[in-house]
Amino acid sequence: MTDIEKEAARIAEQGECAPRLARDPVNLPMINNWLEAIGDDHPGYTEVAPPAMVQVWTMAGLRGQRTLDDPLGQMMTVLDEAGYTSVVATNSDQTYHRYLKLGEQLSVTTSLEDVTGPKKTGLGEGWFVTTRSTWWVGDEAVAEMRFRVLKFRPARKPEPVKEIPKAQAIRPSVNRDTEYFWEGTRQGELRIQRCGGCGLLRHPPGPMCPECGATKPKYLVSEGHGVIYSYVVHHHPQVPGKQTPFVIALVELDEGVRMLGEFDGEPSVGQRVEVVFTEVDDELTMPSWRPRADR
Amino acid sequence: MRIGDSLPEWHVEATPTFVISTALATRDFQDVHHDRDLAVQRGSKDIFINILTTTGLVQRYVTDWAGPEALVRQVNIKLGAPCFAYDTLKFFGQVVEREQQDLTIEVVGRTAHGDHVTGTVKIEVPA
Repeated sequence: MTDIEKEAARIAEQGECAPRLARDPVNLPMINNWLEAIGDDHPGYTEVAPPAMVQVWTMAGLRGQRTLDDPLGQMMTVLDEAGYTSVVATNSDQTYHRYLKLGEQLSVTTSLEDVTGPKKTGLGEGWFVTTRSTWWVGDEAVAEMRFRVLKFRPARKPEPVKEIPKAQAIRPSVNRDTEYFWEGTRQGELRIQRCGGCGLLRHPPGPMCPECGATKPKYLVSEGHGVIYSYVVHHHPQVPGKQTPFVIALVELDEGVRMLGEFDGEPSVGQRVEVVFTEVDDELTMPSWRPRADR
Repeated sequence: MRIGDSLPEWHVEATPTFVISTALATRDFQDVHHDRDLAVQRGSKDIFINILTTTGLVQRYVTDWAGPEALVRQVNIKLGAPCFAYDTLKFFGQVVEREQQDLTIEVVGRTAHGDHVTGTVKIEVPA
């Protein structure tokens, strides 16, 4: 058992703290302020309070201080001292046994239910602290809440991604089937393979026509215009030479074939795009897409 | 009101006035809910909505749909991305359980940064 767990067990063993009284009895002015701020025009809150207001009645207020026996306060102190200095609420589960009437005087008691950790979270390493509160009118329990916070040590900001020289970008494998394509991009041409037998356009390139079986590929030069047929936004993992996130779009060219490439912009399916050529080095020029104004 | 019924989508514009007036109406005086300078100093991009308000909005979303005769018995919420000033908070909901007069409604409240709140609300409707 860690020190934090020992402290948690000690605080939990104390059970419920002494009842803390609401500043005011349930009252119409505070209900009306709440309804006005939330924008709720529910007509039923003239004799009873909105259930979701239950916690409002016993808030500590502007100059409020936690009482010494408050279990959440004690557990926060333990975790602060262990270096878990930040806090964020994660769950609030409220059960209302009945509606509260104007004039009723509430009090609240709280106990520590559970402390779990250390857990790795998106915010940093931390502990989940769960308390249970009960609201009372006299000795009648009228509402309950299970409340969970994450008390965490803020994660250090990630190192900025080092600029990767473009030459280190992932390079296409160029072979006899595809070299006409990359020769084209170097010259600012987007070339689509066309069968020398039946004339079928095809992409990606291959040695043989899937339609007629001819092995005499030629090409035509595309206008470089099309629409986004589909796309993905790549967040993870990191890709050499790229800053994430980036968009890879499958573009349906006006000539009829579909071609993948990076898209620079806010993508949407059906969007008009045009090709752009980016020279990586003397050997390699990459085609990509950008939005195209309809004209 | 049957299992599978959807609640109409509802949008809340979280203006700074909204964030602050709801924080004060719920008696939550933590600075991150009304003081942008301090919120930014603490690593937030702006002031953001407090939990008691999120609970109130979830309750309102369900009772606006179910009508004033419905009684709210439980609001269970899990919090995700903060809802900052100037965000639009979009609510979606669906009836997932019905046992006689007792209904369970699943609710999601989402901003451009992701899910701000997911939860369930239990209500009792008149026979």
